Formats: sequence, structure tokens, C-alpha cells
Amino acid sequence: MFDTMLSRPQSLFDQIESLQRLLTRASGQEITPGSIRSVAFGAFPEINVGRTPTSVEVFAFAPGIDPATLDVTIERNVLKLSGLRESPVPKGDAKTQLYANERPQGRFSRAVTLPDDVDPTKVEARYRDGVLRISIALSAAAQPQRIAVQ
Amino acid sequence: MTDRSELTATTASGSREQPVSPAVDIFEDDGGITLLADMPGVARERLDVKLDGDSLSVEGRVSLDGLDDMRPLWAEVNVPLFRRTFTLSRELDGSRIEANLKDGVLTLRVPKHPHAQPRRIQVTVG
Repeated sequence: MFDTMLSRPQSLFDQIESLQRLLTRASGQEITPGSIRSVAFGAFPEINVGRTPTSVEVFAFAPGIDPATLDVTIERNVLKLSGLRESPVPKGDAKTQLYANERPQGRFSRAVTLPDDVDPTKVEARYRDGVLRISIALSAAAQPQRIAVQ
Repeated sequence: MTDRSELTATTASGSREQPVSPAVDIFEDDGGITLLADMPGVARERLDVKLDGDSLSVEGRVSLDGLDDMRPLWAEVNVPLFRRTFTLSRELDGSRIEANLKDGVLTLRVPKHPHAQPRRIQVTVG
């Protein structure tokens, strides 16, 4: 089940979820903790994006992944992230009884549209504590500049 | 969206902050139960595993560095706190729980008491 859901990261359900999130935010209500689980099932990994004066930072919450299997590409300001998450549950073992299998597994892929003023040649990616952090520098023209007063 | 604290929604008043339940896998074999919980962004020193009677609780706080001058553009993770509680049954030995945190995945191994492990009874032909 997770395989099919993960292979359609931009499914209709995700769009509805995004819409709901925007509406909730616009109405000033707090986002219910329940919704975060549904995101976890529909779209893996969850993604936060932030902006500093010099860069755009993308956080992908992707625990338990071998960084070597992660594939990160940037093409025309679209950041694509894909990889594989193996199931830890022993398969075909009659002695193993499974009680909960909530963690998404299998192939995943997500895409994020970056702001226009980034420099896609200056990218750094680090994986720590299950969070992949991708820093994309802003283009020189978009960075704050000190103007010398004559 | 202008408040940078929204990136991980760190609220000043702890009471407003409702933890998120981490996704788990739980499976059992002859020797005990294995539990895996997704807690991305939680470092070892921010993780707390507690056993109170037969109640096993895990709690972890997400810590990301360098957020001070950051403005959120998009946030799917809004609550930086994971918490979930499980009830152990009697045959499980809470005193010998092993916990391991790696790459944001917490693995707990809860062994069964030796007397609760299945034994094969040898049938002797006499």
C-alpha cells in the first residue's frame, strides 16, 4: 500500500492536504497534530523549506535511510529527491508476528520548486539524525550587499 | 508565516504544544518484541525512553541548528516534539529493554522473561 502511495507524491490527496493546510493557516487556527500523520503516510519524506539572507534551506525528514541511496537533483529550479527505504520487518518468517507497520517504506520521490533567485551550482547536502538538509545558495544578485558610501 | 518560530513551531508556552505520535513498526518473535519509531531530527541527548510500571513511553525533541535567521517558506513538520506511550504485557521484561537511536530511527528491543519464551518439549520414547 505504501509503495503505491509513495510513488504518487503529487496525488490528488496531497493537493487536498496542501489546500487544507493553507486554509488552516489562513484562518489562524492551529494545525491539528492529527494531520501530520496523514502527511507522513501520503508524502514521504515530509519537507520544510526556509530562507536565510544568503540561502534557501530544504529539510527532508527522512529517517533511517542510507545516505548513499539518496538521489538529489536540481533541474530548472526544481529540486528532486528520491531514494529507497527498506522494511526492517523480517519477511517470510512464520515465527514473526507483525503488530504495527506504520512507517512508510519502499521507493519514494518528492519534488520542491525553489525560488527563482537561487544559484543551483552552489548546493550542499548533509544527512544528520535522519534529516537531509540541502542548502542552496542565493544567486549573488539576490544576496544582501553593502553599499559603499562615497 | 513571518514568525521564524513557525519553522518548527517552537511555542514559548509548553502547554500549547501537542506532541506528534511517531510512526512505528512493531513485531514479535520468540525472544521478544522489536519496536521501531521514526523520530527524524531527534539527537540522542534529546531522546527520553521511560518505563513506569508497565507503561513504556518514548519522547524526543527535534533540534535543527542554524534556524535563527531563517524565515519559513513551507512547513509540513510543524510540531518539534514526538511522544508515544505503549503498555507492556506481563511476559515482557521491562528491566532488560535495549534502546538504540540511529539516523532518526529509535529501535527498542523488549525481551520476554525466560519462562515466557516458547520451549519445545522433547518427547522421549520409552
